[in-house]
Amino acid sequence: MNQRYLIPLTAVFLLFLLAYVGVEGAGLQVVFGVLIPYLALLVFLGGFLKKVLGWAASAVPFRIPTTCGQQKSMDWVKQNSIDNPNTTGGVLLRMVFEIFLFRSLFRNTKAAFNRNASNKLSYSWEIFLWAGALAFHYAFLVVILRHLRFFTNPVPECIGWLEFFDGIVQLGLPGIMLSGVVLAAATLFLLGRRIFDAKVNYISQAADYFPLFLILGIAATGIAMRYFTKVDIVGIKEFTMGLVTFNFVIPEGVGGLFYAHIFLVSILFAYFPLSKLMHMGGVFLSPTRNMANNTRAQRHVNPWNYDVKTHTYDEYEDHFRDKMIEAGLPVEKKE
Amino acid sequence: MSKNMIMAGLGVFVIAVLSPFWFNMVTETKAAPKIELQGKAAEAKKCVLDKYDMRANHMSLLDEWRDSVVRDADRMYHAANGETFNMSLSTGENSCLGCHDDKEKFCDSCHNYASVSPYCWECHTNPKEIE
Repeated sequence: MNQRYLIPLTAVFLLFLLAYVGVEGAGLQVVFGVLIPYLALLVFLGGFLKKVLGWAASAVPFRIPTTCGQQKSMDWVKQNSIDNPNTTGGVLLRMVFEIFLFRSLFRNTKAAFNRNASNKLSYSWEIFLWAGALAFHYAFLVVILRHLRFFTNPVPECIGWLEFFDGIVQLGLPGIMLSGVVLAAATLFLLGRRIFDAKVNYISQAADYFPLFLILGIAATGIAMRYFTKVDIVGIKEFTMGLVTFNFVIPEGVGGLFYAHIFLVSILFAYFPLSKLMHMGGVFLSPTRNMANNTRAQRHVNPWNYDVKTHTYDEYEDHFRDKMIEAGLPVEKKE
Repeated sequence: MSKNMIMAGLGVFVIAVLSPFWFNMVTETKAAPKIELQGKAAEAKKCVLDKYDMRANHMSLLDEWRDSVVRDADRMYHAANGETFNMSLSTGENSCLGCHDDKEKFCDSCHNYASVSPYCWECHTNPKEIE
């Protein structure tokens, strides 16, 4: 046991219990169902804007793209226009690959000692982090989009299509949604990596474990409600529609598990701008990815350079010519 | 990246996050269906499950019934309230739709509201539609 993951795990358990007991024991549906979600949304948006505006205000005086291929050179040297772009179009393509396919994570390598007698350090391609991250992010996206069915009536058709394809295996009743399974499995994989891989474990902090446990808690409460304990979905939709139309309804008979789910989601939203989860906004602002490598073709001047007072040799000689001639030093112009 | 692009991106982000709020302002939002018992069901006052359980759990019950009827040929359901029901969705007087005779109101109104499309009706038919 390691307190860097024990503390976040305990925290998530306590947060769950807080909401569960608060609703089941103290009847605080309004607090956990209405007040805290609104507060969380405000903190999320306000914090997100503050962070990004802070980044936008900070200086990026130099072109610092990481170059992962041949840069633009002579016509007969083939350029890698995505991994070392020199045009805005190339940068755009690079960003699209980065944001939608996690291209730089795809190149992930691991270092290990050979198991044979030579015991040499060697590097090999490690694709599982990339695959797990991709599965996790896309499953989470689908889960979030599917939840829009609780916030619209009539539900837009595209959400219906998403549900159709997500539930296409038609396993069980209510039918299993693939995104939920993939989300839970991928989160467990990302967590397992931090716990069981000694090298990753060594650099993992509480702030790395907390979001994983929190998301696992959200997925577990959601899955429990859909497949196991069951809830009155029509009552819940009346509640969620109330939240987005400011016409609050507290549904009868919906228990603590639902409010615990809502509370954990609120915590995730409020925690978001304070944490590493801000890579959602940060990926767009990575100067090592979003700048064109054109420093050899174009001169970039530091925008806050002030006019430096120069004193050229000609001016120097004009200034001291008499004294220089007197002292017998060579001068360029005799007059 | 230029300031203008960052501001535009933030604008899009805020609009996307708040979409559930403004979507309901710009489109006409239908109210939740009013659930009421009708016809025979209103008189009978007894059902296979109690009210909340019925709302939350009916799909699992139907799933169990399907297995029981198809695999074990056991068609009788002994409810917690002591009554015995015929395990059937749509056949005969003593079935779900035999008692709750308006499928539109009994099934579809809530399923549409919650964006659920159960595949019951790929095999079963609404008895009222057979003429």
